Amino acid sequence: MSEILLQIDGKEVGATEGMTLLEAARKVGISIPTLCHHEKLEPYGGCRLCTVEVESRGWTKLVVACVYPVEKNLVVRTRSEKVDRIRKMILELLLAHAPDAFALQDLAKEYGADKDRFEKEASFCIHCGLCVRYCAEVKKKNAVGFVDRGTRREISFIPEIAAKECWNCKECFPLCPTEALQAAFVLTKALFSPPHPGPEPRG
Amino acid sequence: MDNERIDQIIDKHQCEASSLIQVLLEIQSENHWLPKEALERVSEKLQVPLTRIRHIATFYKAFSLVPKGRHEIHICMGTACHVRGATRVLDTVQDLTGIKPGETDLELKFSLETVNCLGCCALGPVMEIGGKTHGKMAPAKTADVLKNYE
Repeated sequence: MSEILLQIDGKEVGATEGMTLLEAARKVGISIPTLCHHEKLEPYGGCRLCTVEVESRGWTKLVVACVYPVEKNLVVRTRSEKVDRIRKMILELLLAHAPDAFALQDLAKEYGADKDRFEKEASFCIHCGLCVRYCAEVKKKNAVGFVDRGTRREISFIPEIAAKECWNCKECFPLCPTEALQAAFVLTKALFSPPHPGPEPRG
Repeated sequence: MDNERIDQIIDKHQCEASSLIQVLLEIQSENHWLPKEALERVSEKLQVPLTRIRHIATFYKAFSLVPKGRHEIHICMGTACHVRGATRVLDTVQDLTGIKPGETDLELKFSLETVNCLGCCALGPVMEIGGKTHGKMAPAKTADVLKNYE
């Protein structure tokens, strides 16, 4: 396969076709923060934290490193002022949902994000989809999925599948960037609450 | 709705997983809601995981996972209808049926929803029941219209 040369943070990087910017950067030891990325799973681009600035043909644009494929002669900046500002904002928004997540707090310190900037709406889920995708792609059990949309979107286990599969697996718990609280809680709820026809009716 | 009818609908779409939404829409329009058993049947026949079906069924407002009444009332709350007194129409319907927007009565006769524009502002205030549009509504007229539904 032909080698593609590009520049990341001033470093010349060789990559193969089909690689993402994130993979190319990690290969040469440049770290880009991610929350929804997992090497066993398909790229998802859910958290947008790996946003980087890309320059090609004189134009700069912001792209998500975990889904953007490498191109010839790209100039990538992973820590420009603009990128840091965007990551700070993303972290502040995510912290409104999961204020106690250690992974988020560490990143917040690095980017100077204020966890009290936005009113707390602690759902403990940042919709990274790691548990949902891991269950579907690696375990092929599809015990957990998203339901509803927009601000009401949440993860939900299917009790019938969960009762059979989840006790011996629980592999999705440690994946959670918000310390596994949410998946454990939702699973328990799915298994121990009396059956009802489906998610609560929408208002 | 029995499994036989669901199978018929699925067969009509050649058991294609890509026809999932069409299948769900047909079940929804015949049955007025999507029971869990129906979703399980569809999941089995189309080889689509139940999590995915649930994701789709909760995403689109056209689908309902709770029983709906035989007649679905949509009351337009758009700007044009609003200034022409849609709130009063809504209040009357609520009084007559005893249900609030988003609810269904116990006999499964009516379901009530508010919508934001039905696209025929000149007819405002507009009320739509089971796909039939009733224009220029007034509280008294509302009662007459509702009487015609069994």
